[in-house]
Amino acid sequence: MIQRPACNRRQFLKTSTAAAALGVLGTGSAPAATATLGFIYVGPKDDYGYNQAHAEGAAALKGMAGITVIEEEKVPETVDALKTMESMINIEGTGLLFPTSFGYFDPFMLQAATKYPKIQFRHCGGLWTDKNPKNAGSYFGYIGTCQYLNGIVAGHMTKSKKLGFVAAKPIPQVLLNINSFLLGARTVDPAVTCQVIFTGEWSLAVREAEATNALLDQGADVVTCHVDSPKVVVQTAAGRGAYVCGYHANQAPLAPEKYLTGAEWNWANVYKLYATKFLGGETLPNFTRGGLADGFVKMSPLGKAVSEPARKQFEAKMAEMLKGNYAIIKGPLKDNKGSEVVAGGTAYVETAIELENMNYLVEGVIGATS
Amino acid sequence: MSEATSETAFEAVGGQHSGSARAWIARRAEGVVLPLAALFAGMAAFSIFLLVIGKSPPELFELMWRGGFSSWFSIQNTLSRTTPLLLAGLCVALPARLGLAVIGGEGAIVLGGVATAAIGEALGGSGLPGPLGIGVMAIAGMAVGALWIGGVGALRHYRAVNETISSLLLAYIAIAIMNHLVEGPLRDPASLNKPSTQPLEAAYRIGSIPGTDVHWGLAVGVVACILCWVLIEKTSWGFAARIAGGNMRAAQIQGLPVGSLIVGFCAIAGACAGLGGTLEVAAVHGAANASLAAGYGYTGILVAFLARQNPLAIIPVAILLGGIDASGGLIQRRMHLPDATVLVLQGMIFIAILFSDTFYGRFKAFNPELWTEKA
Amino acid sequence: MAGSDIGLWGVPLAILGGAIRVSTPFIYVSLGETITERSGRINLGLEGILVFGAMTAYAVAYMTSSPWLGVLAASGAGACFGLFHGWICKFPKVNDIAIGIAMMLFGTGFAFFLGKAFIQPLAPHLPALPFGFWSDIPQVRAALDVNVLFLIGVGLAVILWWAFRNTRIGLIIRVVGDSADAARAMGVDPDRVRLLSTAAGSALAAIGGGYLSLYYPGSWNESISSGQGLMAVALVIFSRWNPLGCLAAAILFGGAGSLGPALQSVGLTHGYYLFYAAPYVLTLAIMIATSSPGRTLSGAPGELSITK
Repeated sequence: MIQRPACNRRQFLKTSTAAAALGVLGTGSAPAATATLGFIYVGPKDDYGYNQAHAEGAAALKGMAGITVIEEEKVPETVDALKTMESMINIEGTGLLFPTSFGYFDPFMLQAATKYPKIQFRHCGGLWTDKNPKNAGSYFGYIGTCQYLNGIVAGHMTKSKKLGFVAAKPIPQVLLNINSFLLGARTVDPAVTCQVIFTGEWSLAVREAEATNALLDQGADVVTCHVDSPKVVVQTAAGRGAYVCGYHANQAPLAPEKYLTGAEWNWANVYKLYATKFLGGETLPNFTRGGLADGFVKMSPLGKAVSEPARKQFEAKMAEMLKGNYAIIKGPLKDNKGSEVVAGGTAYVETAIELENMNYLVEGVIGATS
Repeated sequence: MSEATSETAFEAVGGQHSGSARAWIARRAEGVVLPLAALFAGMAAFSIFLLVIGKSPPELFELMWRGGFSSWFSIQNTLSRTTPLLLAGLCVALPARLGLAVIGGEGAIVLGGVATAAIGEALGGSGLPGPLGIGVMAIAGMAVGALWIGGVGALRHYRAVNETISSLLLAYIAIAIMNHLVEGPLRDPASLNKPSTQPLEAAYRIGSIPGTDVHWGLAVGVVACILCWVLIEKTSWGFAARIAGGNMRAAQIQGLPVGSLIVGFCAIAGACAGLGGTLEVAAVHGAANASLAAGYGYTGILVAFLARQNPLAIIPVAILLGGIDASGGLIQRRMHLPDATVLVLQGMIFIAILFSDTFYGRFKAFNPELWTEKA
Repeated sequence: MAGSDIGLWGVPLAILGGAIRVSTPFIYVSLGETITERSGRINLGLEGILVFGAMTAYAVAYMTSSPWLGVLAASGAGACFGLFHGWICKFPKVNDIAIGIAMMLFGTGFAFFLGKAFIQPLAPHLPALPFGFWSDIPQVRAALDVNVLFLIGVGLAVILWWAFRNTRIGLIIRVVGDSADAARAMGVDPDRVRLLSTAAGSALAAIGGGYLSLYYPGSWNESISSGQGLMAVALVIFSRWNPLGCLAAAILFGGAGSLGPALQSVGLTHGYYLFYAAPYVLTLAIMIATSSPGRTLSGAPGELSITK
């Protein structure tokens, strides 16, 4: 695996200014007084979930002086994405593009980046490497740590000691969330288990509802999810009397009595960082990741149902994580088939690149990736 | 009564009354003027909608023109989106000439793409030259597509299973199979967050037409449309198919091989769709993944019906749809309208164009038969 | 509430619950389409009308705090769409399949457009009757929470079946659907009957949509529909235009749809995509088994464009 400097905010400011001084990370442009930033969403902007989180981040930029924001929603992961990017560049003179869905990275964004070397592209969630064009890059947030905190609260609140997770597809970022959720709960009670059901689609309301019902039928009493729009899961679970932990955005208004807390994105911070640098003509970093400490992700306020011991442990763990270098995935760790996946003595902090390849479910998760 | 049926049968096989050049022009003009008039009517209706929501129609149409057709960039944008629609449209139009309503082209596209990716992976490192490799992959895609939709035809002929429902069900089943294969047995472990098959070798990728950003698939699609038109209009099978399409029972009584026609035409239709899947994999994505199920098959239904099942007319219709899609993004961004607006526009235009079907033969100017009737 | 551990019983329970929960929109759409197709028209636009009905029901329910008003409004909106479809298809040479698809686009687009404002708010849900009151097990109770619309749907299926056989209106619709000339000979205007049948069918489809947004999944957003409208049209053909057959087909389909998640929950995880395809495979298999070349689509209305 290629070595890459771990990038939290402090370090990325340091490396980029130093590199700019040395002219290493590509050429910075002259400071621009105005810039057009383009955002591309794979789904509707107001899905109460993934895309809405991005749109809210983009909305935070709309007041900034000199920044014009253009957005397009429901762009499928086909040649349409490439054409949309090209259209934004050619027709509106966009200088910095944010394609926000996994499937835009390869080949579409990479093709666009090769074709337009003077335009900057930053992809959400992709894995940029040195082999990719220098005017491209990726960013993401360590939301797994938030799911860990979700898990801590869930571990306190569960009576059946069984949690539920409605997941879309078994990709590394989802698996990390599931594992983190369970591991967080296990710090409260090592006997807690988490059952996962994969719906196979990022957004399909009826199947998500059926999956939630199936989990509840099997005894889960705290449910969370990783789908594009958690609205249905939250409402279905709360409707049957289970607690819920939110994801992507704050779903508390949907179920105020049952909502415990949630793992949310804080893209506004990320986008403001990029926009400021871009306006200032500085070079943009190619690989950006950030967690709680950097303000890339955040937790929803704790719901009224959360017990006092849960609150205490939650806040203590949060404080510990904010100090940095906290490792959720650390050895010795077995997967749910019995083989060891992390050797004793090894610990992966949130920035560890190995986590981006995760392909297992830890012991205690009921379910399989295929 | 019988006159009318024989007249319609006559027309169904393209019978032409003798007439002058002026008559010929008049008849052809009808096929151009009416749809264009309908297009304008649809856009007028949409303008009313825009005015109600407080947006400017001229701005929208200017953006449509700019986004879809006015610059070389826009034209290429439109043409890129046209390619899959050509083949998807053929998948519906061919069986429709036989009187069958097959709406499951999506399944053939998806499975054709998976087959292409699988063969491409098997050929990897084999040293087979690029064009040959592409040829093999295309054959694989077409074969799988032909089997899938040919199966629909077979079910219809041998088991009297309605082809609309069987093709729809098979489309859903095909998408499930594709997802299963792409995330399971055929998955490339390096495709982390977007499960895909192994990427095709560079030699087996289809590139762009020189000087443009549009891949060769467009040429393939256009050629396919022309070939299908020739098949239907100029060959004896096509003739037989059109007769069967006009009246299946009469065709059977005549001794036409209805079974072979049904299965054969469905297989060719499926091959077209499968080829569409091949192009998506070899020219656009470079691998098979869930993005193959992009809904082209369903849009193809609209393309075919708008083109009145004529393979040549599919070309301009697909370009129109491609243009609307291409400009849709610009409209969204500039006018701050949601993506749904483009769907409303499409719906209105298509209802208008389909409605205009009723005017064929009604206007004297286009109808040479009526010219001789002077009151 | 945490339930007792029911293990493998989760699967039949999910099938039962799913058969009730998931089938309801299919029941309404297919009953509606049965009326339309019996009169000789095919309305593929029901997918769009379903989505529009879902949006209308949710919006009106939110604004008036009454889910039933929402359902009523949805049926009205559906009827309007149906009237339009019926009116436009009566012109000669207009192809009803194609118009249906265009209306599917229009209805969906219009619904998403107007519905943007209603994704965030919460609308009140339709009530359910707790048929599982006798059980202590929460899972059984949840599975047997039967929504009122399901019960109405079942009743409607029986009424329609009886009406097609025994009432004058039923006879008129059937005659119009089998032979427009015979209808005219009877003094009935086929176009008018088809217009009203399409309107009625669309109204029912829109109610099915209202169920989706006001009960299960009980939320409005742009991924509410998974092709129920289109599938329900297929179920009509599958059930040979018999309302009771539609009911059975919808229940079968709904039950099979719950199989995927339920099997995963008891540990059968391999190939879950294939389990999600179970309803389609089942429908296709039964369709193949029950069709034969000897009898072509018996019971098919003679005037229906896809069976001519």
